Amino acid sequence: MRSKTKVSNDQRAPRWLKALAYGGLVFLHFPILMIAIYAFNTEESAFSFPIKGWTLRWFAEAAAREDIMDAVWLSVKVAAFATAIAMVLGTMAAAALYRRVFFGKDAITMMLIIPISLPGIITGIALLAAFKMMGLEPSFWTIVIGHATFCVVMVYNNVVARFRRMPHSLVEASMDLGADGFVTFRRIVLPQIATALLAGGILAFALSFDELIVTTFTAGHEKTLPIWLLNQLTRPRDAPITNVVALMIMLITMIPILLAYHLTKGTESVAGSSK
Amino acid sequence: MMSTSLPIANKGIRHWCANFLYRKPTFFLLLMLVPPLIWFGTVYLGSLFALLWQSLYTFDDFTMSVLPEFTLANYRNLFELANADIVIRTFSMALAVTIASVILAFPMAYYMARYATGAEKGFFYVAVMLPMWASYIVKAYGWTVILAKGGIIYWLIDRLGLTSALEAFLALPYVGGNTLSTSHVGRFFVFTYIWLPFMILPIQAALERVPANLLQASADLGAKPSQSFRHVLLPLAIPGVVAGSIFTFSLTLGDYIIPQLVGPSGLFIGTMVYTMQGSIGNIPMAAAFTVVPIVLIGIYLSLAKRWGAFDAL
Repeated sequence: MRSKTKVSNDQRAPRWLKALAYGGLVFLHFPILMIAIYAFNTEESAFSFPIKGWTLRWFAEAAAREDIMDAVWLSVKVAAFATAIAMVLGTMAAAALYRRVFFGKDAITMMLIIPISLPGIITGIALLAAFKMMGLEPSFWTIVIGHATFCVVMVYNNVVARFRRMPHSLVEASMDLGADGFVTFRRIVLPQIATALLAGGILAFALSFDELIVTTFTAGHEKTLPIWLLNQLTRPRDAPITNVVALMIMLITMIPILLAYHLTKGTESVAGSSK
Repeated sequence: MMSTSLPIANKGIRHWCANFLYRKPTFFLLLMLVPPLIWFGTVYLGSLFALLWQSLYTFDDFTMSVLPEFTLANYRNLFELANADIVIRTFSMALAVTIASVILAFPMAYYMARYATGAEKGFFYVAVMLPMWASYIVKAYGWTVILAKGGIIYWLIDRLGLTSALEAFLALPYVGGNTLSTSHVGRFFVFTYIWLPFMILPIQAALERVPANLLQASADLGAKPSQSFRHVLLPLAIPGVVAGSIFTFSLTLGDYIIPQLVGPSGLFIGTMVYTMQGSIGNIPMAAAFTVVPIVLIGIYLSLAKRWGAFDAL
């Protein structure tokens, strides 16, 4: 038998392990922190360290730039449309696949996952090749089609997980009490899956807002915010404003993620799942 | 309140539809499946097939145009020295990044799964998930700033008096380059950083499922901690490692932004595809190139499936 002290030691991490784990966290957040610091840098040269002074000037200058604001607006519009499509298609797929077993089910699940498991460049160039074949010019809608395709799986994953935890007896009880399918959906199913649907939608929005690789192929002359940033990096100028935009993109993607996490946290037991 | 508003007596068309759908579940299933299937079947698979189809087309070098005449020349071109070089360069980078990610991810995942509890566990989860989801292009940009000459790393190394050591290191063949931001090691660093969270979370999920008393049993039977680790913990963590490596491997194979921003010149599969279709307009050759990662990932996925990685996703 182990002595008592040994057992309590087992519960506490060795110091080196704890140091490695926290060191890893610092590493993961280091570049994000640097971008945040540089956005407030007074210096116009891009990356000289240490920082000479602090200013808010670049935020005002970025807000006054029409090309930046156009890019923000375009990114928001694309993400909104792609998310809307993904929420409809993702929920339908989840509703169809969560309970029944049928031929081809695995293939369909696989198909939903492929767009995010194959490198983005393949999705991008495939869409471009297909659009060209059909004589479709790259435009706002080609970006939306591309984004919606890989956003579906975000909604699907979230919603299908919630569906699986929802006891089917709830639906049966509702039917027994005389509600038809539509009423059951609105009163029973929708409230149960609502937060998962919302979280999936938020993730899809963040994914679309940040998407770069598929967008470069399907965008033509349209400039979403990540494309604006990439252009800025390959032809460097206005470094301070670039830093501000980078920080802005970071916040617009990270805050929704936190929100989505909050929405799905602690829902392992949905009401009634004890049966 | 709610029960009184239930439209029991409503015998309209809507009610009839609802009953019909309930009694014909297969019809209902089809109804739900058709829109996503149409979308994925036409938009996505259709595009993929269009791409593969075009990889067999002929590209006329003189007129710089694509002719719909079938040929295998594009695939033969893949085996030319310069092109094979690109494939090997990309593949070895993907492999190196994957190995480095496992080494970095394991202690973090282990700590998260076995020692962090309650608030600390939640904190770790969010702290790993946030950088994973944070903007890819901004993270890459962050590293170009950090690695640049005059940036924080150079400043730090200067402060530590290690400048000459860094220069000696950068002079090495294969890993080095002119500066950190134009070296192979710089590119490797950025890749590893960006895909690391994709490795941590699956390993953590796999380790989470190892019951603590399994390790106690191993210790009771006389195993040293290192033996328990090698013979009990590691084999059980393998599905997680493989699951994570699917991401690190496949994402590195297909990436074309980081090779543009960080590291020496010399094309990657991604940058090659981009150049082929963009500045040259040779979609058939670009398409043939995309087949390389598809095949490599296909092989990898079938191996991963055999190793049980999909149970850990």
